[in-house]
Amino acid sequence: MKPDGISGVQPEPSTNPWLSGLLIGIVGLYIALLLGIPVVNIFYQAFREGIPAFLQHLTERELLSALRLTVLTALVVVPLNTLFGLCAALALARRRFPGRALLLSLIDLPFSISPVVAGLMLVLIFGRQGWLGSWNLRVIFAFPGIVLATAFITLPFVVREVLPVLEEAGTEEEEAAKTLGANSWQIFLRITLPNIRWGLLYGVILTNARAMGEFGAVAVVSGNIIGRTQTLPLFVEDAYRSYATGSAYAAAVVLSLLAVVTLVAKELLERGSPSRRIF
Amino acid sequence: MQQAGFQLSWPWRLSLGYLFLMLALPLAALIAKSSSVGWAEFWRIATDPVALSAYEVTFVTALLAALVNGVMGTLTAWVLVRYTFPGKKLLEGLIDLPFALPTAVAGLTLATVYSSNGWIGSLLAPLGIRIAFTRLGVGVAMLFISFPFVVRTVQPVLQELEQEVEEAAWSLGASRWQTFWRVVLPQILPAVLTGVALGFSRAVGEYGSIVIIASSIPFRDLIAAVLVIQRLEQYDYAGATVIGTVMLGISFLSLVVINLLQAWGSRHET
Repeated sequence: MKPDGISGVQPEPSTNPWLSGLLIGIVGLYIALLLGIPVVNIFYQAFREGIPAFLQHLTERELLSALRLTVLTALVVVPLNTLFGLCAALALARRRFPGRALLLSLIDLPFSISPVVAGLMLVLIFGRQGWLGSWNLRVIFAFPGIVLATAFITLPFVVREVLPVLEEAGTEEEEAAKTLGANSWQIFLRITLPNIRWGLLYGVILTNARAMGEFGAVAVVSGNIIGRTQTLPLFVEDAYRSYATGSAYAAAVVLSLLAVVTLVAKELLERGSPSRRIF
Repeated sequence: MQQAGFQLSWPWRLSLGYLFLMLALPLAALIAKSSSVGWAEFWRIATDPVALSAYEVTFVTALLAALVNGVMGTLTAWVLVRYTFPGKKLLEGLIDLPFALPTAVAGLTLATVYSSNGWIGSLLAPLGIRIAFTRLGVGVAMLFISFPFVVRTVQPVLQELEQEVEEAAWSLGASRWQTFWRVVLPQILPAVLTGVALGFSRAVGEYGSIVIIASSIPFRDLIAAVLVIQRLEQYDYAGATVIGTVMLGISFLSLVVINLLQAWGSRHET
């Protein structure tokens, strides 16, 4: 039972089957308790009364209108932040200047700010007692507020994915194209965009996943008006609190599928490229 | 570099304008509002007993969760890098789930599984351990959302590690533990701590999953983010702003710490 240190020649570090088995077991148990079982539970709860009941919950009017609002929000936010992310990444990759690190940390800020605080900031601008409160803009408790809150939270993803790819690609190809007489648009479409397309796509997918799943920031600004300003994640909480567990889990399944699609896309996009951080 | 009109000028203007509108303006609004409260009043609200207990619940629980994940995440990264075993792909695929799964869904399913009649909660209930609707529930939600950070910061460093050094230590007679403590750990420590700091920062700000799994009763399991929302619902804008500002300060602080840790880590690499 004690293979080590008897003969003087020790086995290689990773070949003790007892230790590796124990470590794998601990990790497996931890991940099962924390991630595996909760995920299985989502689908179990959603389908435990059968598929017809699930479909009935899925087609409730409130759920569908929440889904519509969530998709609509993503349709506005994702292009907006993609455009910004592209511009910012192009601008930041090509220039070194004092304050660049500061600007980068500013862009990263939404990753570390609590979503609730992000929502609070918008209330302080657009709310009734806020800076622009007297203008009576219908932002808080309305669609524009949901869009702004979501855009704030998802702002860094595209920049963060595109910037490293751009820096790695360098500028030689672009400069070569320029000497050959290509104009800026041609360079962008023929050289830059093909270089960054996978990073860009990944950034867009992450932006979309977070935009559709955002809860805290949207909860502060939306007012949670059923059928009007209730997004799908808000619907999940609301249904759970009103003991409509079936509806809550039907919506949860839709959002989980979004997560699955995101993870599969990540897996596919990472296959060709070196390991990439995700957060 | 040349002034390529397209690449430098209008992307710059667009991004700076967008950053100003989307980030700087809201940030300014928060700071302006909280400075309009006045120092004495700010201090009174920020150190109100309910607020103090909410910070304690938030920061201490987040720190504990981040530290647990520091150990478990390092172990997970180790297992994924060093061993091959059936089901490894599945395990690897599950790691990033907390990044991708909307927090409301995480809260919903954790609250069900860890409630006293749920799959896991019902096993612990006879032992007198209640998780959902207690501070332990807050901890479980924070463990869930901060889990991937350490794994993802440590994994690439472990992959780059030269195993010859370990083998050298090994052949010089170091034991398994000595090799780990003296050779492996010093090299991955910056990555572990970066992951812990990232996880802590994420857990401190978390709202969606915790508001569902906790009962949010002051002095028991009320977290700072929920307190901000409660103050807003009472139209107590000053109260919400002060607590929000304290949280923002902590975010800045952890951002600084994370940057320092990353600088330390990259110095080790060269």
